[in-house]
Amino acid sequence: MAKHETPLLDQLESGPWPSFVSDLKQQAEVRAKNEAGIEFQIPQDCCEDLLGILELSYKHGRTHWKHGGIVGVFGYGGGVIGRYCDQPEMFPGVEAFHTLRVNQPAGKYYTTKYLRDIMDLWNRRGSGVTNMHGATGDIILLGTTTPQLEEIFWELTHNLNQDLGGSGSNLRTPADCLGQSRCEYACYDTQDLCHFLTNEYQDELHRPAFPYKFKFKFDGCPNCCVASIARSDMSFIGTWKDDIQIDQDAVNKYVENDPAYPPEAGAHRGSRDWGEFDIEKEVLDLCPTHCMKFENKKLFIDDANCTRCMHCINVMPRALKPGKEKGCSILVGAKAPILDGAQMASLLVPFMPVNAENDYEEITDLIDKIWDWWMEEAKNRERLGELLKRQGFQKLLEVTELEALPQHVQYPRENPYVFWREDEVPGGFTRDIKEFRKFHQR
Amino acid sequence: MAFISSGYNPDKPMENRITDIGPRKFDEFYPAVIAKNKGKWAYHEILEPGVLVHVAESGDEVYTVRVGGARFMSTTHIEEICQIADKHCDGHLRFTTRNNIEFMVDSKDKLEPLKNDLKSRKFAGGSFKFPIGGTGAGITNIVHTQGWIHCHTPATDASGTVKATMDALFDDFQDMRLPAHLRVSMACCLNMCGAVHCSDIAILGYHRKPPMIDHEYLDKMCELPLAVAACPTSAIKPAKVKLEDGTEVKSVAVNNGRCMFCGNCYTMCPSMPLADAEGDGIVLMAGGKISNTRSMPKFSKVVVAFIPNEMPRWPTMTDTIKRMVETYAKNANKYERFGEWADRIGWEKFFDLCELDFTHHLIDDFRQQAYSSWRQSSQFKF
Repeated sequence: MAKHETPLLDQLESGPWPSFVSDLKQQAEVRAKNEAGIEFQIPQDCCEDLLGILELSYKHGRTHWKHGGIVGVFGYGGGVIGRYCDQPEMFPGVEAFHTLRVNQPAGKYYTTKYLRDIMDLWNRRGSGVTNMHGATGDIILLGTTTPQLEEIFWELTHNLNQDLGGSGSNLRTPADCLGQSRCEYACYDTQDLCHFLTNEYQDELHRPAFPYKFKFKFDGCPNCCVASIARSDMSFIGTWKDDIQIDQDAVNKYVENDPAYPPEAGAHRGSRDWGEFDIEKEVLDLCPTHCMKFENKKLFIDDANCTRCMHCINVMPRALKPGKEKGCSILVGAKAPILDGAQMASLLVPFMPVNAENDYEEITDLIDKIWDWWMEEAKNRERLGELLKRQGFQKLLEVTELEALPQHVQYPRENPYVFWREDEVPGGFTRDIKEFRKFHQR
Repeated sequence: MAFISSGYNPDKPMENRITDIGPRKFDEFYPAVIAKNKGKWAYHEILEPGVLVHVAESGDEVYTVRVGGARFMSTTHIEEICQIADKHCDGHLRFTTRNNIEFMVDSKDKLEPLKNDLKSRKFAGGSFKFPIGGTGAGITNIVHTQGWIHCHTPATDASGTVKATMDALFDDFQDMRLPAHLRVSMACCLNMCGAVHCSDIAILGYHRKPPMIDHEYLDKMCELPLAVAACPTSAIKPAKVKLEDGTEVKSVAVNNGRCMFCGNCYTMCPSMPLADAEGDGIVLMAGGKISNTRSMPKFSKVVVAFIPNEMPRWPTMTDTIKRMVETYAKNANKYERFGEWADRIGWEKFFDLCELDFTHHLIDDFRQQAYSSWRQSSQFKF
């Protein structure tokens, strides 16, 4: 018999999609039975109270979680988010129900051994409820009490060789796509760069010293599977400089509709029949710069006019591959709408070699310059993109010591109101009005 | 429930403390076939919805079965995932950026037993535990936020709206009939932990009433200047307020006409709650994309200004989403993303075809970006 009646939530158990309500109920039952003989360090019935308080929100149309609460582990300013419910008498099992963010491994590969170690810890010292994963990428452990925080941190670091992730005004846990580990499009090793920078900047990740949050995200190619361009302060998007590699025989296999060469790697093998593949219609005509032609069974790409959008490669992956001179483009300043509206990241470095040999020195140099500027100039809770808007793109070029390039803009400015600097104008700004008046009467 | 110490000594917190060690290194978790062929993959193919093969230059193959999951999951469920991975995948698995789980095997003959095992597992309530799908020109899992299950600012629930929506779109999770892939995202308030602002279809929780002010406690709970400065439209100013018992307290006043309900003040000051059963609900946005493929990345546009919270299954919301998906499926060209289609036919036609009302709320009046969204041309469609 359930502790709380949940008639509204019960209606979310039907339908084909995995039901979080069913899962939470099974977890409540497993904890109640406790066949594994776990010595629970937080209330055994917390999952039942979680169901109860959620049902109440479904009834009221309002959340029953209180605002924040400053809790954490000693010496860190992030990684733990305090959470208290506003009906502790009704739901004592979730009176304090804090979140821990556990820094996920780059690419989110796991062994069952590792997951079981984490789950074993979380069954004893927490609710056994998780998010796999949070929006930033962390493993989210949802629901424990204040006295357990240091104990969990101790076990994570001592027994599992595992640290917490970021929260608050610090470097948030960096996240990446799976990159070269299983994707032929990846132009650099996203996992290695993500892991390296996460470790390089542990202090910035754990101890909030920034004006606001700061996010790195790593996409292996311009398909942008982790959405770095839309949601990271610094977005690293794999790209290449030279020519797309073409296998002409394979191109003709696509043209001949060879079943082993399905367009877009079989992405359209559904219930709808789109008919035969037509290279003219499906590749050449959709190229945004129309830099391709197919004549006499030969595909020609005018690579100088290619903007590396990935469409042709996505559609004919067995025939076309990114070039050989690979690296990444770096874009900065993306953010969601809070406060002054959403911003997409803006291109700062068109091509950066991604070089693990020298510990990614060019990249860390750039990061350090950007952080120096942002930490000096940004207002409280001002994201990099907002500072960029307030002080201008030229300022960013100045602090990063980069030259202006036509690639930096979609089009040049539409007004002539240039803030000329004094040193750019011969003779400077100081002039003699008396000398001027000798030739120009009042 | 006796307290069990991990070894941590609260009197000497720095003793034997380990910090700043970061995450575990990714390559210790690679399946053998991944470790061997990293950086040397030749091509991939989607064999059927939810099933991929990646072929390496060496000729090695890795078959991946992608399954959906609620990102909110219990250790009991994760244990079951581990059992499947132990049985079929040498104890390895991975998660995708959109909360899917990927089980990988290194030969084709291991595929069918894995698929059959996954298909056979259901929750007591009847839903699939591990539905196979989420690839190619279909609809994959929804990325989302916490909602009423664990957050203090939401204007709607996240897990519930996602469950209801994925039930409604389930056929397209297991099919690839759409013109292109279609990404649905959910954020339960304007803070957008889930960054839904560039999704083909975005579900957004939204407040519609200005904050209430808990004058009696505000000065004790909040830093007044931070609460004032938190407002992006300068709607909040310091004020002296007389309580019912006559005491005068320092507090704030809100210019309701300037409030666009972002809740940033509440983030800074717990004495200014916004949540309201009638005020809160859903905004639908559409047409965003983050890939650089063909057209530029673009923001989603608000296409429905408000849908009330209809617990527990939000039928008006799911019907509207379903209608948009069907209209897109019927009208867009192959490869054309939702937003590319709407841009090509024109948004006036989009509202027409999707049978959505265009109301004044959908005309931008926020900051300078509003101007560039108005029509500065005599070209339009009747």
